[in-house]
Parts: sequence; structure tokens; C-alpha cells
Amino acid sequence: MIMTIVQILLRLALWLTLAPLLPGIINKVKAWVAGRRGPPVLQLYYDLARLWQKGVVLSTLVSPGFVAGPAVVWIALLCATQLLPLGPVGATLSFRGDVLLLIYLLALARFCTAWAAMETGSAFEGMGSAREVSYAVLSEAALITAILTLSVHTGSITLVTMLEPSAGAGAVLLGAGLFTVLLAENCRVPFDDPNTHLELTMIHEAMILDHSGPPLAAILHGASMKLLLFALLLTEAVLPVGELPPLGASAALAGGVLAVTVGVGLVESFLARLAFKRVPMLLTTGFLLCLFALLVAWKGGAS
Amino acid sequence: MNSSLNLLIGLAMGLNLVALGSGRLPSVIRAVAFQGMALGLMPILMEHSNWLVVTVSLGTIAIKGFVIPFLLRRAMRAANIERESEPFIGFVPSLLLGAGGTIAAVAFSRALPLLPEHAGLLLVPGALASVLTGFIMLIGRAKAILQVCGYLILENGIYLFGLLLIHATPLLVEAGILLDLTVGIFVIGIIVDRIQRAFDSLDTRKLTVLRE
Repeated sequence: MIMTIVQILLRLALWLTLAPLLPGIINKVKAWVAGRRGPPVLQLYYDLARLWQKGVVLSTLVSPGFVAGPAVVWIALLCATQLLPLGPVGATLSFRGDVLLLIYLLALARFCTAWAAMETGSAFEGMGSAREVSYAVLSEAALITAILTLSVHTGSITLVTMLEPSAGAGAVLLGAGLFTVLLAENCRVPFDDPNTHLELTMIHEAMILDHSGPPLAAILHGASMKLLLFALLLTEAVLPVGELPPLGASAALAGGVLAVTVGVGLVESFLARLAFKRVPMLLTTGFLLCLFALLVAWKGGAS
Repeated sequence: MNSSLNLLIGLAMGLNLVALGSGRLPSVIRAVAFQGMALGLMPILMEHSNWLVVTVSLGTIAIKGFVIPFLLRRAMRAANIERESEPFIGFVPSLLLGAGGTIAAVAFSRALPLLPEHAGLLLVPGALASVLTGFIMLIGRAKAILQVCGYLILENGIYLFGLLLIHATPLLVEAGILLDLTVGIFVIGIIVDRIQRAFDSLDTRKLTVLRE
């Protein structure tokens, strides 16, 4: 019993402490490509610590939802991460159909971000929420198709068994599709520019303009956990993690996540943000990549 | 052998979607050229290579991969247009239509009574998907050069279907089709130039009015 609790705590600690590393690596890669020194890899940790010590500025208009929203987002994302298996050590919580819970937790997190953003009645935040939600329609479709692919391929709806083998012949298609979803869901270039300073072009950043102090820290930390979650999902979907010996699987996971992170950094260095009207095109492409992976899984399984 | 053939057909099906989703003329022309080259390789993989098969294959690759794109690019430069601005069917809807058509083609071809040696091949779905893509481009695009590209993809689909009968039809027929195609594109290149001079635009919507 105590061993289980210790294990769960260790897992939580691992997710909580490792997640803010990813944005740091991305920024380092971008700085390296641009020939700058760049911020330290641990910059987000400093930012989070600083934000945690600050006070909260509350508008007189807002309801308690303004603070509750980020808290729900953070908890929903943390719960979602606990469903994802960490290679050989498995997931904290695993049951038949947990993949549906994962999708709904991500949707809940998105809903609460949009809700908290619209609390202050700022026009920019309403605009950001509208964009976030309308792009989510397409990226969620792609994510669900990707998960359907894995489910058809393995004949299971439990995340632990679904992510064990590689996605077979359609792995390249599925990987490309999931990478597009990762970029869109985490508001990276070419869908959104995390470094933008112009409210009119922001998506995610526009939604958190009025947050401050610990709630902002929760949002930033939640976003980094979401990035790690998607990077891990992509790695485990493409690599046959479950068929390797435990040590090799851990190395493969770490290497895969690192490769995805560096890939995001490279994409951000070499691509510009797309015009808004061309974003649906790219998201549709991601959706179609996942759809064709599904086709390969279905066709390959039958013949 | 089957897996490399299927890879080539899969590539051709992917290029269908690239051609459907892109509005820039050079990238559509490049996609059609690559598709033609991928299809040109296939007879060498399917047949025991005698000199006739190799000659016709190399001819297909040269004409579909280099000559026709060259003619199209020249027509494009003469007409001075780079991209499709407002198609009849938007890029996202046509992409979705094409993907739906591809999936329907795969599903449909499973129900067809094919010869056992063709059952594991993607030839029939690839052919049907290419024909559908060609039709979508012919219907959905307003610029004459893109309609020509649609016609080329349609022809590629028919060619794929013809590969099913590679043992029965003499390859001279293929060579004849290839010659027709080249002449057709050559003529279309001249017509495009004429349309551009007469109407100051390649938009086929403007060609509906008769005048002296």
C-alpha cells in the first residue's frame, strides 16, 4: 500500500518537475539556430517561482471562476498526464476506455481556459478564446482520428495497451498528423507565436492577458504539462516502446520526447506563423494524415 | 514487388491530395510531374524487363516528368499567372472531397471481384482515386492551366487502371496515348496563350460569353 502511494507520488513529482523543461529546450534550440545565447534552459522554473510569490490582481467584475478556471485547467491536465503510461512503468490509473477520459479532460481544460479568459470581459480575450475554440474543432478531430487509428491497430481502448506497439505501416502518417496536432494544441508556430507581443495576432497569449500571480503560474505550468503530454503521446504512438527491454524503452522515450521538442524548436526557427485564414488548411492536412493512418490500420488489419 | 508498387501508388495518391490542396501553379505542376514519374516506373516493376517495356517506361517518365511540366511552365510564364485566386470549390472542401473519394475508392475496390494477383495491390483504388481527383480539379478550378493539370491526373488514373491489363494490351497503345497527351498539352499551351491575349485573363468563367 505504502509502495503504491510512494510510486504515485514519484510519478506526480516526475511530471510536475520535468514538464517546464520542454519550453526551455525549445527556446534554447531557437536561440542556437538564431546564433544567440538565449535564456537558460531552466528559465520557466524561475518564472514560475517568481509568479508564485506575487499577488493576484483581480478585476472588480470577475466571478470566482476567474481564479477557479486556471485551477481546474491545471488539475484536469495533471489528471490527464496520469493516464498516460510512462513506458515500462505503466500509468498511475488505467482502465478500459481511459482514452475517452483523456480526450474529455483535455476538452475540459480548454473549456476552463476559455471561460476564465472571458471573465474580465476584455475584447482581446474573447477574440483569443474564439480562435482557440474554432481551431480546436479541427485539431480535436485529428486527435480523435489518431486515437481511433491506434485503437483499430491494437484492438483495444486502454491507453497502456494502445501505446505499446508502434503504429505499424501508418506510423509515419500518424506521427506527422500527431505532430501537427501537437503544434496546434500547444499554440506553437505556425499556428500561433508564443513570443508575439501584438494582441491582435495572439491566440493562447491573448487568453491569459489578465491573469497574474499564482493563477498565471498554474496556466503556464499546465501548458508545459500539455506539451510534455503530447510529446509523450506522439513518441509512444510511433515507437514500439512496449516491445523493448525496460531500460531501452526509457531511453527511447526520453530520446523521442527530446527529438520532438527539438523538432518543435526547429519548426519555430524556420517557419513563420501562418495567416489565420490558412490555418484551417494545415489543420485539415493534419486531420487527413491521421485519417489515412486510420485507413492503413484498417486495411492492413483486414488483409 | 507488391510492397514497392503499393508504395508508389500510395505516393501517387498522396500527390493527388497535394495537387488538390495547393493553389500555387508551380507546386501543382510539380506534383503532377512527380506523379507521372512514379507511375512511369511501375511497368518496369511489374513486367519482366524486356527492352520494349523499359523503353516505354523511360518514355513515360521523360514525357510526364519533364516535357509536359516544361510545356505547362512555359504556358504559365506566358500567361503570367502564379496562383489560383478564387476556385469554384475551395481548397479545404476539395481536399476533403478528394480524401473522401480516396477512402471510398479503397472501400469500394475491396468489394470488386479482382483477379487474385491484383487483390493485394492498390492499383484499383489508386486509379479510382486519381480519376476522382482529376474530376474534382476539372470541375472546381477556374484557371485553365489547373484544369489541364486535373486532366493529366485523370489520365494518370486511367493509365493506372490500364496497368491491370498490362499482359493483354500491347505497350504500343500506351505509347500512342502518350504521344496524344503530349500533343494535347502542346496545343493547350498555345490556346492558353491565345486566351490570355484575347481576354486578359485565364479565368474560364469569362469564356461563357460569345461575341463577335
